[in-house]
Amino acid sequence: MQRSSASRRREGSPWTGLWAVFFKEMADHLSSTRMRILEVLILLSAVGAVYAGAQTLRQTISEDPFLLLRVFTAAQDPLPSFVAFLSFFLPLAAIALGFDAINGEYSRNTLSRILAQPIYRDALLWGKFLAGLATIALILLALFLLVVGLGLIFLGVPPSSEEVARALLFLLATLAYTGVWLGIALVTSVLFRSAATSALAAIAVWLFFALFWGIIAQLLAQAVAPFDPFDPESELRQTEALLAFSRLSPNTLYAEAIQALLNPGVRSLGPVLISQLEGALLGSPLPLGQSFLLAWPQLTGLIALTIGLFAVAYVLFQRREVRA
Amino acid sequence: MVIETQGLTKRYGRVVAVEGLELRIEAGEVYGLLGPNGSGKTTTILMLLGLTEPSAGQVRVLGLDPVREPLSLKRQVGYLPDSVGFYGEMTAWENLSYIARLNGLPPALAKARMERVLERMGLAEVAHRPVGAFSRGMRQRLGLAEVLLKEPKVVILDEPTLGLDPEAAQEFLKMIQSLKSEGITVLLSSHLLHQVQAICDRVGLFHKGKLVLEGRVEELAQRVLGGAYRIRLEATPLNGLAERLQALPEVSRVQTEAQGLRLEATQDIRPQVAKAVLEAGAALQSLVLEQPSLDEVYARYFQEVRHAA
Repeated sequence: MQRSSASRRREGSPWTGLWAVFFKEMADHLSSTRMRILEVLILLSAVGAVYAGAQTLRQTISEDPFLLLRVFTAAQDPLPSFVAFLSFFLPLAAIALGFDAINGEYSRNTLSRILAQPIYRDALLWGKFLAGLATIALILLALFLLVVGLGLIFLGVPPSSEEVARALLFLLATLAYTGVWLGIALVTSVLFRSAATSALAAIAVWLFFALFWGIIAQLLAQAVAPFDPFDPESELRQTEALLAFSRLSPNTLYAEAIQALLNPGVRSLGPVLISQLEGALLGSPLPLGQSFLLAWPQLTGLIALTIGLFAVAYVLFQRREVRA
Repeated sequence: MVIETQGLTKRYGRVVAVEGLELRIEAGEVYGLLGPNGSGKTTTILMLLGLTEPSAGQVRVLGLDPVREPLSLKRQVGYLPDSVGFYGEMTAWENLSYIARLNGLPPALAKARMERVLERMGLAEVAHRPVGAFSRGMRQRLGLAEVLLKEPKVVILDEPTLGLDPEAAQEFLKMIQSLKSEGITVLLSSHLLHQVQAICDRVGLFHKGKLVLEGRVEELAQRVLGGAYRIRLEATPLNGLAERLQALPEVSRVQTEAQGLRLEATQDIRPQVAKAVLEAGAALQSLVLEQPSLDEVYARYFQEVRHAA
């Protein structure tokens, strides 16, 4: 970049052609075989989880004011809850949609042809990202309506407006969480020329956070705030350090956000001291606004992470040579 | 002046891909950017289109700066990359329609143009088949159809005949030539010099990132080969014929080959040659004026460069 010309702006809007890219990519996603496979997987697990959850609910909690939300979170032994299924499958779905976004254009020799059209690279990257996100949003919405419908059939209790609002916020949090993984897949698709390497790298990141980060966070917390048996405050410090480290993982952020949103009884996402509980009515649900405030840092964290990852992919892609 | 560069340079780290390029191409010309692989042709083309930023120097295409005004430039300039790829699972029609949308063409106009260019490239019948099953030649024609979709003023083709069989290559070159009659400026790159020399008005020869020779094919032949006229003759017996022909004032060089002789002359002296052969008492079997070929110009030029070094 020449310094002298930095003051002169490039002409036209970076969004030129964005919608053409968006709709093409979206059509690709929705008609692709890999999407079919994912849809079947997610659908099966969702139906299974909801059915099992509803069975449990019918037997145990018959007088719960938040029945719909319980449908999302209830688990019956061999099967995890619907929410657990989502947090497991959605990163994979996002990676499947994004891992060959840019390197796929290279390997098909289409990139130089597309970039020779009157669009900026911004439009291509944005179009691909938004198309991935919109595809996931579409699946999520369909799945959500399916679960609500199944819940109605199995339980026969209509959801209250607060439940619907909480469920929609949960949907938003899930979308932000998926956006993070789409961002990671986009970054690896710019970084690695081979689609297989890119997919493997993205899955490695996912495995790292899903399996290893918990252990590493514990080790780090022990190193930063060692536990001293003669100092009761050191235990609290260690717990807080552990929480801070584990919150670097999008999985923790998502788990905490949906815990606050789907369980109105949750009042804090960190350690609570006895003195803080003075005057609290234990077990009474929080109003929606308070639960939302509780989940707010986690939500913004997820959204910021998504934007940050997209920015990394953007910078990397802008510097890439067109020629393979 | 449609394409103009001044001191255009591109460095990749310490490797200089293109150095101090001064290129001037006028409207309606067919210009050939020729040279071996890795001599900087594709890099030059990418800089003309603003797909790669120059390290130094100026580029103007249709008076526009490719780095600052890429959108209006790319609306008027068509580009066919050397290894053109399409979305294989989409049909030819769908591939074109994506490009039409990227160009912001209104649907009705896009449809009319797509029908026209597919017809012109002889792809109308396969328009609704997936491109994955297309042959290399069909892909190349689809690429040209896509380039024509935006009705460009300038068309840039990178190695347009690479990988085509001779017949398909000739056909494709004819299509390129037909662009000239529509007033489209064509810049094409190739390392197959003999294939493209017939359709280029002017050529520039690249070597290691520099434009070493430029001009009309005949001019270059005149300049590099010394004589633009090359005469091949077959006669028996050949003894003493070479010395006799060397004595002719117009002949600059005589080479003996297996079957006959090859002369280089400053003029078309076939009558004098025939006379000399007959006077020597030999039987003349053939006498042909050869067209100078770029391959020879190129080979000879680098021979001289090496000798000078």
